[in-house]
Amino acid sequence: MVSSSTLAKALDVEKIRREFPIFDQQVNGRDLVYFDNAATSQKPNVVINALIDYYKGYNANIHRGIHTLAEKATKAYEATRHTAQKFIGAKSEQEIIFTRGVTESINLVASAYGRAFIKEGDEIIISGLEHHSNIVPWQFVCEEKKAKLNVIPVSDQGELDIEAFKKLLSSKTKIVSVNHASNSLGTINPVKEIIRLAHEVGAVVLIDGAQAGAHLEIDVQELNCDFYCLSAHKMYGPTGTGLLYGKKELLEKMPPYQGGGEMISNVTFEKTTYNDLPYKFEAGTPNIGDVIAFKYAMDFIQELGKKNIAAHEHELLVYATEKVSALKSVKLIGTAKDKVGVLSFAVEGIHHFDIGQMLDARGIAVRTGHHCTQPLMEQYCIEGTVRASFAVYNTKKEIDQLVEGLDRVINFMK
Amino acid sequence: MTIQETQDEIINDFSLLDGDMEMTVFYIMELGQKLPAMPEADKTEENVVKGCQSKVWLTAKMQDDKLYFTADSNTAITKGLVSLLIRIFNEQTPDAILHADLFFMHKIGMERFIGTQRSNGFAAMIKQMKLYALAFKTKMEVKS
Repeated sequence: MVSSSTLAKALDVEKIRREFPIFDQQVNGRDLVYFDNAATSQKPNVVINALIDYYKGYNANIHRGIHTLAEKATKAYEATRHTAQKFIGAKSEQEIIFTRGVTESINLVASAYGRAFIKEGDEIIISGLEHHSNIVPWQFVCEEKKAKLNVIPVSDQGELDIEAFKKLLSSKTKIVSVNHASNSLGTINPVKEIIRLAHEVGAVVLIDGAQAGAHLEIDVQELNCDFYCLSAHKMYGPTGTGLLYGKKELLEKMPPYQGGGEMISNVTFEKTTYNDLPYKFEAGTPNIGDVIAFKYAMDFIQELGKKNIAAHEHELLVYATEKVSALKSVKLIGTAKDKVGVLSFAVEGIHHFDIGQMLDARGIAVRTGHHCTQPLMEQYCIEGTVRASFAVYNTKKEIDQLVEGLDRVINFMK
Repeated sequence: MTIQETQDEIINDFSLLDGDMEMTVFYIMELGQKLPAMPEADKTEENVVKGCQSKVWLTAKMQDDKLYFTADSNTAITKGLVSLLIRIFNEQTPDAILHADLFFMHKIGMERFIGTQRSNGFAAMIKQMKLYALAFKTKMEVKS
């Protein structure tokens, strides 16, 4: 077996960095260090060029046009669907629905599936590690249908309590919705086991893959999840697009989410029949340009290899964890055994905003705050954390710069 | 010193930092550290300035027809920012505060080192200080 450090070395990070034009600049007089990848990743030339090529060369509305440009745009748009199908291992392209991203994907399922299949007294399970996007849509459903929302507890290390999850499961459980990896803490959840356990009681499972898309291997058939969501912009792709994977038989059973063009088969004032999958769920003119460019982002990831990327980011995480935790007054938040490249921490006596601003003054971008996971922050009795999250273009040298910046601000404030 | 003179002084102080962002942030935090401590009893919900992302407490009192502010914040940079306003507005009359044009903000390039969120918060602090001035002015007028 090839060791992970060998895999990490398989990547030429300096060469990869040159593909990201955003790094050709200084921020506050220093080279940009970008550690806010869990919020959004930077974009390589291939993605930027795909957008430019589309708008310069073949911008047209898709599917119904018979002219040459419409045909070219349609082909490119559908090529992304094909790539996405392969990227996550779906059975068919009909199972790939383009959305604005994970938030819309979850809302689509909560609304369309929830509206049709959740009844009074049913239960939905989420986890204590969820982003607000995977909490609020389910609260809508529960409120409307008088269903109950249960939450899998989180340990002090930031891991899900699977024994407690088993106790929450019952024949009343209709939906389980958890993330593949936590945006706040980086915890990689045992989703395969969660899916298996949920299926035993007949519940469907949605996996929020926002923090997995660019970092972890995804095979929806192997996982056997019912729904899986991705955001392109966290995967080196453009903002405003992403996808929902759903098992075909479930998507077919679900009523449409929004009404409009594209999603219809035939409209009369008396009765409308709906288009086939996946178009039934893609009402209106979609985000054509961004979807087209999304393909190039997925190709970029596949060319580097998820295993290589994960190995490199793991090496960065281990290095950063060691260096940052050695600083005085630093407390790591989230020390799960399996993590993606997310390092969340608090510094005793110094507000995270001050740290964020101090680091920004040195050209280092981190995220500070509750990371849209307020219930989780409450559990740790903190308002928020400083979060450094890594991507394939980050280096150990940049982590040294982060540590140096942190050291300076801690020494100044103490 | 007038509001204008204090602002000129601040502009001059900041010019010595030569636009270095890190030095500027350190300097602002240092100003905050020098701000006289606010009594814990004054850190009430009522004294919280609404509209700031960080928590800012602000109180004011009047002495010899002039206003005196005290403030604190849970973040060091915000505390430094509010200390600038206190330096400008302390010992000024309500009228002077109400009519003050805070040109120093633009001159020191504040928009460069505070983001949109903090800008809104800073505006909220100014508004709150002007509201205090208005309240004390009204009180004075009622008395006379």
